[in-house]
Amino acid sequence: MPSTPSMPETGTAEPVLEVRDLAKHYPLTRGVLVKRRIGAVRAVDTVSFALRRGETLGIVGESGCGKSTVAKLLVSLERPTAGTIHYRGEDIAGLSGRALRAVRRNIQMVFQDPYTSLNPRMTVGDIIGEPFEIHPEVAPKGDRRRTVQDLLDVVGLNPEHINRYPHQFSGGQRQRIGIARGLALRPEIIVADEPVSALDVSVQAQVVNLMEGLQDEFNLSYIFIAHDLSVVRHISDRVAVMYLGRFAETGTGREIYDHPTHPYTQALLSAVPVPDPGARTRRERILLTGDVPSPANPPSGCRFRTRCWKAQERCAAEVPVLAVPPGLAGAAAHASACHFAEERAEVSA
Amino acid sequence: MAARLLDVRDLRVEFRTRDGIAEAVGGVSYAVEAGQTLAVLGESGSGKSVTAQAIMGILDSPPGRITGGQVLFQGRDLLTMGAEERRRIRGAALAMIFQDALSALNPVIPVGAQLAEMYEVHRGMSRKDARGRAVELMDRVRIPAAGQRAGDYPHQFSGGMRQRIMIAMAMALEPDLIIADEPTTALDVTVQAQVMELLAELRREYAMGLVLITHDLGVVADVADTIAVMYAGRIVETAPVRDLYRRPAHPYTRGLLDSVPRVDHGGGQARRGHGEHGRHGSHGGHRGGKLYAIKGAPPSPLALPPGCPFHPRCPRAQEVCRVERPPLYEVSAAGEGPASGTAPASGTAPAAGGRTSACHFWKDELDALDAVNA
Amino acid sequence: MPEPFDTRYDTTEAIAPPGSGGGRPVDPTASGPRTPKGGPPPKGGPRRGPWRRLPLPWRGEPGRRSGGPAAPTGRGLWTDAWHDLRRNPIFVASALIILFLVVIAIWPQLIASGNPYHGDLARAQDGPAPGHPFGYDLQGRDVYTRTVYGARASITVGICATLGAALLGSVLGGLAGYFGGWWDALLSRIADVFFGIPILLGGLVFLSVVTSGSVWPVVGFIVLLGWPQISRIARGSVVTVKEHDYVQAARVLGAGSGRTLLRHIAPNAVAPVIVVATIALGTYISLEATLSFLGVGLKPPTVSWGIDISSAATQIRNAPHMLLWPAGALSITVLAFIMLGDAVRDALDPKLR
Repeated sequence: MPSTPSMPETGTAEPVLEVRDLAKHYPLTRGVLVKRRIGAVRAVDTVSFALRRGETLGIVGESGCGKSTVAKLLVSLERPTAGTIHYRGEDIAGLSGRALRAVRRNIQMVFQDPYTSLNPRMTVGDIIGEPFEIHPEVAPKGDRRRTVQDLLDVVGLNPEHINRYPHQFSGGQRQRIGIARGLALRPEIIVADEPVSALDVSVQAQVVNLMEGLQDEFNLSYIFIAHDLSVVRHISDRVAVMYLGRFAETGTGREIYDHPTHPYTQALLSAVPVPDPGARTRRERILLTGDVPSPANPPSGCRFRTRCWKAQERCAAEVPVLAVPPGLAGAAAHASACHFAEERAEVSA
Repeated sequence: MAARLLDVRDLRVEFRTRDGIAEAVGGVSYAVEAGQTLAVLGESGSGKSVTAQAIMGILDSPPGRITGGQVLFQGRDLLTMGAEERRRIRGAALAMIFQDALSALNPVIPVGAQLAEMYEVHRGMSRKDARGRAVELMDRVRIPAAGQRAGDYPHQFSGGMRQRIMIAMAMALEPDLIIADEPTTALDVTVQAQVMELLAELRREYAMGLVLITHDLGVVADVADTIAVMYAGRIVETAPVRDLYRRPAHPYTRGLLDSVPRVDHGGGQARRGHGEHGRHGSHGGHRGGKLYAIKGAPPSPLALPPGCPFHPRCPRAQEVCRVERPPLYEVSAAGEGPASGTAPASGTAPAAGGRTSACHFWKDELDALDAVNA
Repeated sequence: MPEPFDTRYDTTEAIAPPGSGGGRPVDPTASGPRTPKGGPPPKGGPRRGPWRRLPLPWRGEPGRRSGGPAAPTGRGLWTDAWHDLRRNPIFVASALIILFLVVIAIWPQLIASGNPYHGDLARAQDGPAPGHPFGYDLQGRDVYTRTVYGARASITVGICATLGAALLGSVLGGLAGYFGGWWDALLSRIADVFFGIPILLGGLVFLSVVTSGSVWPVVGFIVLLGWPQISRIARGSVVTVKEHDYVQAARVLGAGSGRTLLRHIAPNAVAPVIVVATIALGTYISLEATLSFLGVGLKPPTVSWGIDISSAATQIRNAPHMLLWPAGALSITVLAFIMLGDAVRDALDPKLR
């Protein structure tokens, strides 16, 4: 079974990160003293992708689809149940101790909530300087304060504010602090889990622009995880649509947004409200029925089949492979995990 | 002019906090006609929810305090009437939908019983009849197998279903006006679409007025008739929905519209002539370009800037903006109306179809837009 | 590739209003042309740090970013709490009483010139006399002097036992909360065992074999029975804090357990422990008095309110003043500490109110 789909090339660079058949199952147990395993929540199930230097891979999906678990697996906050994560050819999924610490220098994370991701008892200087205390080889001790101030400058904050506490900053500024902390070790990859969804609308654009600017300046690779399809389209080179722990469809922004072939992507896109009253008549909405099934008991075969208008017997029996469906050409020819993948002309706005 | 369904006039709310008095709502006026949807758009801290709480009479006080204004509901001032009378109106004619359905529903009573209670208390129905009506209502908001699920508790429903039950609770007594405070913010996008659709459908069917409070420019575009944009406790612009999106007459509105990336626009966001900003990367043109960003962050209600509260973030700000608070100017059709300076009688909402803008330079803003669009 | 700078694309946040807490006045000149304020400009001179970069448009123009005074303006938990406490009359009153008690515990001779051990049997059980406002006890010793000197035992036991229980409890509970697993399970069961020991019965059994009259056996006993309460609080607090994103962020950076616990978890988890410990201090003082009253706590010749109450109890009908003064002192002391704990709790954790 080909598990790594042929994802479109967006650069000639070697992949810095290669994820293969990644899975995370949380055991469900019952009993107080003797814990019996009665099942597992399949938060992430056979997810594969590659990330190249300087590109952004967007992962979109609704709550509970497993996108945040993917983020935790990538930064080794969780250990995968199965699968491999190759960073520059080395499998980092099982590392610990010194080896893991070395890898962490290169894969950093930006968190969702700027109000809980900064330690309220530490000054901004201590927060951004902490990476250097943990990895003293990165910056010589004497230069650290200067380095921290430079970092503040890089993310658009006043370097003089190094002695302030997080609560003295607004949400957008706090997120900049979080980005500076993630940037301090000069990582190659930054995993951003919903980095703008907690911010005010008028501040989101600032942070998105900052992240794009930093990417170009430092040639960063981003995994950008969000539920907001508009933001993901804006920032991503390639997009993966996730549903119940699996990728439903992957491709470039244009392929996914203008030529979706998976019914779930089509429904998701049609449901996104567009700030344009004229679009009300132009766009046809696909209203999905029902809710997302529990990941503890996912449907057999295609996981989307319980809500899909195209579902047939085959969908219950056979798991659709994430691959370019035969018979599709042009921008529609991208990986889609649907037995009946096809474009719907009226979906694209 | 017949009495409007809801007519809020110059409402003012203060919060007394540890750090001083915060002016959460500083003279808000808006109106809803029967059968119409008014969207109140604003960021966190703009006072949009506090206004709604003041209207409903559920403001936490202390620390909150209504310091002025009128809330005319069907011509009668809710703020001056007695507590008992107000409660009767609140139950039967005025209802509210909250963002967090789980905390708004009683966790230890089955949802069917909670719905039936509305009929028992307000309509004096027998328990059996009330139960029947409750199941009908759950069916009406499209909860599958309503009859069996009436005995379930709130936590046994998914987020979308809980929000439907909230809507059912609000609809139970067929109110004349529903205030929905961020009804879909906590929901996933596919469920969000279902719930908004349901709300719009019910509003049409019962010819209710709807006040939709949200921060989401997209949600609003689909359902609203009129939009009131709030910033720092004040309304900065009111306009019919199409006018607002096509020709915003306040720099804040325009900035908001332009700073939101759009799912239906692939290329650069260089719209409305903010300047030619192509892509600055080298990734082959899939991504959007640079977003327009309003600089700065919303001000603290404890320390509003003098003059126009938006001036520190405004690209159009002049000396006068720092000194003089702009009144709500009446915005007239392009080019033919009187020059800026015609302030409407303060404290009343514009007539249906009318537009207002709290910007000294609303006319320049519109002219600049027209020049770009031409 | 720097693009021409357009002010409308300035991404710096011109003003820094805190989310909801303290307010900083908005800089009214924020939108106007600004120059770096005061002192040498931050970007003056060439910088050789690794982060030195050209000003790029998304970053904003040097000198345009939020300047403003660097003085701290917002507040943190402790500053907020202190702000509340200073305005709380209960706190002020109880703090003054406790301050007074601590002072006389250290230097009782400041307000009592007599000798607490010196007795004049001829005056046994006499009422107040000039120079001896509280009267005399069974042995003819001055009740005033003894009451003043009794503070030392109570305060010592209270403070030492609280410190010991808080230290032991928060270390054990904190580690259990942080590491979880079998260590957590084991510790919780041990704590449950200690919870199950009836305090008075335990005191009668354990302390009756002790012959020393000093305060330390009593302190040790209270610590032994008191730490489980603190450890539960500490464990819960650590479990809550552990889930916060900044702890995850430290882990992503590669921080070890020691750093995570000391820098990120302990400072944020300590508030509930302080609250509970302050309230417990009052109860420990009364526990000491109870044990001394029963004859298993402090023993003569140590001066203690509990011992004096014990010896006075038999004479309550003919010489109530002997009981009244030490008992009153004890009540006020316990009350002061409990009220202080209440006030601290209100200030530190408004949700608990």
